[in-house]
Amino acid sequence: MFAFLANPDRFMAFSRRAAPGFGILAAVLIAAGLWFTFTAPEDYQQGDTVRIMFIHVPAAYLAMFSYVCLGVASFLSLIYRHAIADAAAKACAPLGAGFTALALITGSLWGKPMWGTWWVWDARLTSVLVLFLFWLGYIALRAAIDDETRAGRAAAILALVGLVNLPVVHFSVEWWNSLHQGVTVFAAKAENRLPPAYLIPMALMSLGYMALFGSLWLVRIRAEVWRRRAQVLALQAAGG
Amino acid sequence: MSPLLVLLRRELALAWGRGGGPLPALAFYAGVTTLLPLAIGPEPDRLAVIAPGIAWLALALASLLSLERLFERDYEDGAMDLLALGGPALEAVCAVKALSQWLATGLPLALAAPVAALMLGAPLSLAPVILVCALVGGLAFAFVGGLGAALALGSRRGGLLIAVIVLPLFAPPVIFGGGALSQAASGLGGTSGLALLCAWAAAAVALSPVAMAAACRNALD
Repeated sequence: MFAFLANPDRFMAFSRRAAPGFGILAAVLIAAGLWFTFTAPEDYQQGDTVRIMFIHVPAAYLAMFSYVCLGVASFLSLIYRHAIADAAAKACAPLGAGFTALALITGSLWGKPMWGTWWVWDARLTSVLVLFLFWLGYIALRAAIDDETRAGRAAAILALVGLVNLPVVHFSVEWWNSLHQGVTVFAAKAENRLPPAYLIPMALMSLGYMALFGSLWLVRIRAEVWRRRAQVLALQAAGG
Repeated sequence: MSPLLVLLRRELALAWGRGGGPLPALAFYAGVTTLLPLAIGPEPDRLAVIAPGIAWLALALASLLSLERLFERDYEDGAMDLLALGGPALEAVCAVKALSQWLATGLPLALAAPVAALMLGAPLSLAPVILVCALVGGLAFAFVGGLGAALALGSRRGGLLIAVIVLPLFAPPVIFGGGALSQAASGLGGTSGLALLCAWAAAAVALSPVAMAAACRNALD
């Protein structure tokens, strides 16, 4: 699939249909997910605030998922020098930072009524915050180097270093402190698992976020390809 | 004499000769240590609780300071091109540069760390743990910081950019060192935190030269 899409013409032909397709899919899934979010019964402990979870948890999934996407795109652009892969890595960064920020903000809004505080230095909060700092560092590095191929490769090296480091960050903050909610979606014990009334909106919202990310990502890659083409044309025109 | 040893001597001579040696980093470290009680308040029991952690964090920040010139100087005057063309692999050159960074600023800072912690009110019994953490952690900071410096080559705003890139990478060693210090402070010995810090430092020393060399090659061609 990667080899097929590495050709810019084929990629543009594919994404011209895929981007709006994913967008429509995202709209349908998120609309359905929101409907289930607001009709789901109140939690016996969390009350109405449980509804924040359906916005928060998928954002946290996407924060990690988009980082993996960045890692794959960076790897492909560094090893195979695919132009599209570099554009994809560049386009991914603001989206990933956005989903990470959304996870942090919604988590904080949920934490205030539940834990009685906007922020605690718990393991998972801290590792997501460090992930957010990574995104900022990545974007800053890309923006600070003028030469575009050079900036792309330096940023790709940083992304791969971050990919190696993130599990270590995760482990180290676990070691440091943890009082977060235990795992419930894929929990092994049946009584700890999420009931269907909550699992359905969670799954719909997760898939919807995923489709939204796919759609926005493709749109941003297309914009980047166009921007580069425009730049080449401008240089040609200036050169006579 | 082996070319890498010559390079190490040259790096140390440059660090001592033109950069004022470890003085700027030490002065920064002393400045942060002085401003801290001014911000928190002088009560000894409040300061004593946070003293080891603050001494440790200020050390991490001080180790960022002189990174900007680590590759930039040689990059600007063309020496970096010669080093890339020369006999030893660029990975080894980068490792030597990071090592010289540790010898020139990390070691003096590590010696200053127990003094800073004692001034803030940490008990004397903690001084050895702080020294060991600072020595091992300083090595990790130098190698990971060197990676940030190599990535920022040829960019605008070098110094600030290095800090923004490197600080998230500092999270694990800061946690492990801080954990070792608080374990030691509560009488648990602190060996597990120290072991993790050593493991992280070993991984950083082993892996970051590869990424550093890749970043340098990228900046050079």
